[in-house]
Amino acid sequence: MPVPTLAVEDLRVAIRGDEGVARILDHIAFRLEPGRILGVVGESGCGKSTLIRAILGILPQGAAIGSGRILFEGEDLLAFSQAELNRSVRGSRISFIPQDPYLALNPVFTVGAQMLEVMRRHRPGAPREHRAHLVRLLRRVQLPDAEAALDRYPHQFSGGQRQRLLIAAALACAPRLIVADEPTTALDVTTQQQILLLLRELVEEMGLAMLFVTHDLGVVAELCDEVCVIYAGQSVETGPARALLDAPLHPYARALLACHPDRAEGFLGIPGAVPSPLRAPPGCRFAPRCAQAREACASRAPHPRRAAPGRMVDCILHDPAAVPA
Amino acid sequence: MTPILEVRELAVDLGGRRRWLRPDLPPVRAVRGVSLSLRPGEVLGLVGESGCGKTTLGRTILGLQRESGGEIRLDGAVVSGLAPREARRARNAIHYVHQDAGAALDPWWSIGRTLEEALLVQGVRDPAERRARIDEVLAAVGLDATARPRYPHEFSGGQLRRVALARILALRPRVVILDEPTSGLDMSVQAMVLNLLGTLRRRYGLTYLFISHDLSVVRRFCDRVAIMYLGRVVELATAAEVFARPRHPYTRALLAASPSLSPEARPPAPIPAGEPPSAARLPPGCAFSPRCPHAQAPCRRTDPALAPDGRGETACLRWREIAADTMLPA
Repeated sequence: MPVPTLAVEDLRVAIRGDEGVARILDHIAFRLEPGRILGVVGESGCGKSTLIRAILGILPQGAAIGSGRILFEGEDLLAFSQAELNRSVRGSRISFIPQDPYLALNPVFTVGAQMLEVMRRHRPGAPREHRAHLVRLLRRVQLPDAEAALDRYPHQFSGGQRQRLLIAAALACAPRLIVADEPTTALDVTTQQQILLLLRELVEEMGLAMLFVTHDLGVVAELCDEVCVIYAGQSVETGPARALLDAPLHPYARALLACHPDRAEGFLGIPGAVPSPLRAPPGCRFAPRCAQAREACASRAPHPRRAAPGRMVDCILHDPAAVPA
Repeated sequence: MTPILEVRELAVDLGGRRRWLRPDLPPVRAVRGVSLSLRPGEVLGLVGESGCGKTTLGRTILGLQRESGGEIRLDGAVVSGLAPREARRARNAIHYVHQDAGAALDPWWSIGRTLEEALLVQGVRDPAERRARIDEVLAAVGLDATARPRYPHEFSGGQLRRVALARILALRPRVVILDEPTSGLDMSVQAMVLNLLGTLRRRYGLTYLFISHDLSVVRRFCDRVAIMYLGRVVELATAAEVFARPRHPYTRALLAASPSLSPEARPPAPIPAGEPPSAARLPPGCAFSPRCPHAQAPCRRTDPALAPDGRGETACLRWREIAADTMLPA
């Protein structure tokens, strides 16, 4: 098996706050191979942002890694110091595309100055070469008038153009992995589709791996090769996008897909609410809302099992070792 | 059936002023000759990308924005041509639910006080009646009387939508303008909000103008759909027709671009390059022509009006030829 670009193994993250210890992530596991796009899907509060921060090594103060490894090209990022991450990982081999392209750009500097600064730190070569490379990238992301764009300020671009700028910035130092945090949520559908097509092409062209965090199942169906569904900090099901979306196995994944207007038989939603990570139920965190829950679910530790080729499901119903009810 | 609300050739210009020693600042033509009617009890979807004028149209129908031309009729009576204050009084049967329910509620006011204020403004003098009506609408949206002393920050996004709906229900509306009622909600919450909207519509006999950019939701929830592009309605038909047989090239592009759980099941169409031009600098002829893959010389000269097409209305000079060319059933 090839070395995955990113492999997250049994990741647990807890954050200590005024109200106690919030176990935000409780067993996250997935693998991402080069040239593939993995969609991480979950509703708000499920731990998507904490997962991104853990991968980028920017967890907030008070956060503690309970267990697990984040293997990037075979090396455990959790063992790296901040200085090592800065020197050889963040901004160079792993780059980031944020949700809001406007907040990510400094309004008082030209976009060229901001992007060249990152390249000066992380990429060998002379400023002149950097500039030429950047113009090539801006052309590649189909930004109109790429040459002049470098001397303009963020407010002079539309939302879609700003997102193209940030995609070019993310590519500037030849990364192996791009972490994208809902990069198309703020865009109109036609612009969103243009950006999704562009990301797909770039990943294939450059053999990158992309972790695409989103709450939009339609976008996952359009873009992703693989999906990891997260509920309340637990990765409940992972597998090939097509197969998972067509026939989800985990009760939460099933309930979530049944809420999508393309699939819904009636608009019912999922009864109950996502538990607070301060008071997460023991065992399976979906059990209190699950129609198929059994007594054993409340005490069951996270334990993903292979349910079909390439598919991992963390549910007692798909665990051959579990005692039948 | 007589329409409950009818909009004819409505035009709205925003901004624009004369300037001394400089060229006048032309107004932005946000809505350009829109004609729509709402039948009692139906859900009309109003779809388009940001800047297409859908929110301005909603605000104008409500009476917050004065129209610069055209006519609005409510139950057959003309209610347009009035200053905003009188316009709101005349259109008392129309109410509006904001896109961001949290931002539309005063964080310093309890839910009970917010709901009561709406009734006071409407002149409900009797405190017992106000109380009864508040309890009734809170129950109708699936909250209970314990919500009354609580404050907006204590509620989740889905609950805030319920509060926002309760606030307008207390005013006994007949037409409700829903501005992006599901944007920013999680999928499971969105399903519950849509379910509630359906229940309220049946229970109170409401008519909805459903402004949204989410085509998956519109397809499932709306009876008819109007597609807007740069201030104009370019296609209007039943939801089933629009989604099965889109006629206008912009509608086709929109359908092809909107994410779907079954991308392969969508009718194929080219995604237009570029972005919609600003409403302040409209292109000549059909506003979509610069991005339209089917545009020809006449499209750049004539701005087509919405015209009957056999099953609805389309504003495109070439829809017949395009339907024939692209081998879609006409």
